[in-house]
Amino acid sequence: MNFFGLFKRSDPLPATAPVARERLQVLLAHERGSPRNSSKMVALKEDIIDAIARHMLVKPEAVKVKIDRRAEVSILRIAVDIPA
Amino acid sequence: MAKVLVVTSGKGGVGKTTSTAALGAALALNGQKVVVVDFDVGLRNLDLVMGAERRVVYDLINVAQGNAKLNQALIRDKRLENLALLPASQTRDKDALSEKGLARIIKELRTLFDWVICDSPAGIERGAMMAMRHADAAIIITNPEVSSVRDSDRIIGLLDAKTERAARGERVEKHLLITRYDQARAMRGEMLKKDDVLDILSVPLLGIIPESEQVLRASNLGQPVTLANPLSAPARAYNDAARRLMGDNLAINVPLERFNLLGRIFGGRAA
Repeated sequence: MNFFGLFKRSDPLPATAPVARERLQVLLAHERGSPRNSSKMVALKEDIIDAIARHMLVKPEAVKVKIDRRAEVSILRIAVDIPA
Repeated sequence: MAKVLVVTSGKGGVGKTTSTAALGAALALNGQKVVVVDFDVGLRNLDLVMGAERRVVYDLINVAQGNAKLNQALIRDKRLENLALLPASQTRDKDALSEKGLARIIKELRTLFDWVICDSPAGIERGAMMAMRHADAAIIITNPEVSSVRDSDRIIGLLDAKTERAARGERVEKHLLITRYDQARAMRGEMLKKDDVLDILSVPLLGIIPESEQVLRASNLGQPVTLANPLSAPARAYNDAARRLMGDNLAINVPLERFNLLGRIFGGRAA
């Protein structure tokens, strides 16, 4: 055994900050679903309703816009109930 | 034109009150007229950190309810004549602060000061919402630690939803202040780095306050750290942050304690 080794940590602690970063990114992507970008979502929804309304008659409440945020990709889901 | 700031974080114990006192004093040192307002009804502490705990007569709720005039409740700082404190009530219920009364107080404070700094209580309950309600800008206090970062993210969302500015379709200017930062630990990968926190929260950085024994020393004495020891690393960081608020374009770095070798050897205190 090396004499100087006595004064060193035998097993340097692994870096934990990257784990913290990764966990936060995944968690917050999920939690941000609505509130943080709600004004953006409202604007997007209004634009979508306008675009559809140019071609057919739909009620605003018949349009549902939702963003699923995941770690890798986010999915924008648009559901429109069109009257028969 | 007065500016209303809210110092907020979601999580408790990250340094809201310390930062309110330090930034308030730093702005006042730079010639600005400043009032710091304690919104933590029932758990007031800004008076204690400012060293004015024995001078509180009337408080925010007395003024909001019309039982005292604003200038009866305002406590002028003994060190800086252009710095004042509006204390929170220690005995009243937090619901005693009315929306209307608060709006009237903020309006009046805007006419008297350049900066109105609202020290928010922790949490996302009514007190925290009242503190942010009239804010033009927010300083989000974050420790490089997972629970603090998460709570800051939540508060950022609320600033865009629950403020008067948001109701008018305007934005609340946001600034991130990272406190209790330990550069050496961040470099060793033991603590989130400044850039990690910035990437996650995507709010512009106002400053980085290093972890320092000077902060506790100042609060023990009832002095904002920017007055207690202006040359210390946290005081310089707060002073730079205050100047950035005033529009100065200063490069952001992590101030380090000036290493005083002789002082270390002979047992003196480092500056």
